[in-house]
Amino acid sequence: MGWSRKDLVSMQELEAAEILMLVDTAASLQEIAGREIKKVPALRGKTIVNLFYESSTRTRTSFEIAGKWLSADVINFSASGSSTAKGESFIDTAKNIAAMSPDVVVVRHSSAGAAEILARALPCSVVNAGDGAHEHPTQALLDLLTIREHKGHFEGLSVAIVGDIAHSRVARSNIHGMRKLGMTVTVAGPPTLIPPFVQELGVKVSYRLEDAIRDVDVIMMLRLQQERMTAGLIPSVREYSRYWGLTLDKLVAHARPDVLIMHPGPVNRGVELSPEVADGPYSVILDQVAKGVAVRMGVLFLLAGSKGGGEA
Amino acid sequence: MSLLIRNGRVVDPAASVDGVQDVLVAGDRIERLGRELPAPDGATVVDAAGKVVCPGFIDIHVHLREPGFEYKETVASGTRAAAAGGFTAVCCMANTHPVNDNRSITDYIRARAAMDGAVRVYPIGAVTRGLGGKELAELAELAEAGCVAFSDDGKCVMNAALYRRAMEYTLPFGAPVISHAEDDHLADGGAMHEGVVSTELGMPGVPAAAEDVMVARDILLAELTGAHLHIAHLSTAGAVRLVREAKARGVHVTAEVTPHHLLLTDEAVRAFDANTKMNPPLRSRRDAEALLEGLLDGTIDCIATDHAPHAQSEKEGEFDLAAFGIVGLETAVGLLLDRLVRPGILPLPTLVARLSRDPARLLGLPGGSLAPGAPADLTILDPAAEWTVDPARFESRSRNTPFGGWRLTGRPWKTIVGGRIAWP
Repeated sequence: MGWSRKDLVSMQELEAAEILMLVDTAASLQEIAGREIKKVPALRGKTIVNLFYESSTRTRTSFEIAGKWLSADVINFSASGSSTAKGESFIDTAKNIAAMSPDVVVVRHSSAGAAEILARALPCSVVNAGDGAHEHPTQALLDLLTIREHKGHFEGLSVAIVGDIAHSRVARSNIHGMRKLGMTVTVAGPPTLIPPFVQELGVKVSYRLEDAIRDVDVIMMLRLQQERMTAGLIPSVREYSRYWGLTLDKLVAHARPDVLIMHPGPVNRGVELSPEVADGPYSVILDQVAKGVAVRMGVLFLLAGSKGGGEA
Repeated sequence: MSLLIRNGRVVDPAASVDGVQDVLVAGDRIERLGRELPAPDGATVVDAAGKVVCPGFIDIHVHLREPGFEYKETVASGTRAAAAGGFTAVCCMANTHPVNDNRSITDYIRARAAMDGAVRVYPIGAVTRGLGGKELAELAELAEAGCVAFSDDGKCVMNAALYRRAMEYTLPFGAPVISHAEDDHLADGGAMHEGVVSTELGMPGVPAAAEDVMVARDILLAELTGAHLHIAHLSTAGAVRLVREAKARGVHVTAEVTPHHLLLTDEAVRAFDANTKMNPPLRSRRDAEALLEGLLDGTIDCIATDHAPHAQSEKEGEFDLAAFGIVGLETAVGLLLDRLVRPGILPLPTLVARLSRDPARLLGLPGGSLAPGAPADLTILDPAAEWTVDPARFESRSRNTPFGGWRLTGRPWKTIVGGRIAWP
């Protein structure tokens, strides 16, 4: 089968075969990073707009590099210092950008659903680079690619996702993707950071880090946002890190020796991950970042390059 | 000047009437009901065979937006929407700009209504100055100026002591306080019902408890003060249970429900269409079922639309940043006929009662019956008319509805206000 969607908005809407196609395409493009001349003509003459309403260094850079390695023209549009600061609405801004005929708009926004609203409003392809606490599909895809490279397969693997599940688009996208590929998922964190009825998404819930990480193949630690304290969701960062921070002691005592430690970044060292774990042998965090470029190349290629475009 | 409405099925729950009869109107009053009444000289004769003739429908919860938000709606456009939707009277909420918290605004709204209102308009005054929740509005003067109830609708009076005083102070006026029951802290930042769907969408949720907590508080305050408490737009199973239990204990509490809370659930939010965003939010299926049960057993006294017009620009962007509320006047009757009456879920006389007799009694408004001498406000329904909801054809200035494109059977046919045909 070929790729048939105009947009990549969520993992929830994808079939397992589509997820595998995205992962396989990304895997095949990884070698470009090792070339002396990192440039293929696949998206020559195509225009990609990075429309970022939230600050993001790594995701925006990753999309920008991916587009450039594929020879597309990449334009970055960030909300600060732009027309949005003058009060232009999201839809107005989007329509103005669309009038300039881009082939792909990559959008990052603090509102859940922003990417889907944009995808409906624009004739070009839209890629969700994170919409509120809803989804972040390219992050899930790069996580999946990383897991497959290290574990060789998906079916039957078990994963613990630990931390602020309630506010995490990374958790939601990964839950959908992992479940579709036959993995079992446990989410863990203090009850105030676990969203209601999350079991309905097909995951197990644990309120104890030591239980959650026992016997799993992958531990994915999420970033704790400082503002969760002022919202009364946790008493203090100190207490959070004491009960939910992953230290080497806990890891050695409770996790398997071949476990993978992942984190979508940026890491709060000493909060959710102790430095020796973040930078230790179990950690594949920088590998995730490298895979991110390949995944975004794959996504951009399938959305913009497969219809009469060049060969990668 | 007289009007004879012939051969319609007359449904007047206030008089336990349900059968084919003629209705004779003289001037602005009902003259009498009977079979094969002779037409007086010069009478306008309306052949209503196959139609249903009801006391004029009354919507006790609308936002006419004037003064201050005339780009969304005006008294003229909102009352035209009401007439087109089969309503002969509406009660308009106080969250205008300036707020209807003093006599001059009430007078202004009533003057606009007298000048270009298509139906009767009864203003509702604010409970607190500027809807600020800090100090009482001039409630006695608002009552004297014609406000039929008091509400900070859109906001909840979080200060229980102040709300208690509002209930006490308004006791002599015979006008209820209408509670927008929502705990600000529990609801903070929420854009939809907190449940499975909000978890999937990653959307901040408003738990049902935000409503239940406040309904419970307000019932206790009504019990303390002996005031008539009316709860706006009930949306949760818990609130229905609390109202039912309070009524059984003899507390003077009444409640309303909107068509959208009866017919839609939070599943509708999945497409991130802000026309499914309102306050209170669309709840779970279990809540919608409990609301219907409450409507059937009389726990819920009446149906009101919470008609809340907004411009397209306020509804087309990000869901969590979009305005709360949908228009309802022009879809309510058709939706209820098609989705509740036609499948046999809600008997037609019950629907008519909840739209005419019961809201009239609740607020002590004229109308709600076709007894001789009653105001000649009538809603005539065509139960067989097939139509498709087309927001582009609304009389309302706004089009923010989740029901666009719905195919319905049954709709208002003619709306008569004070003996004159107000629609079409």
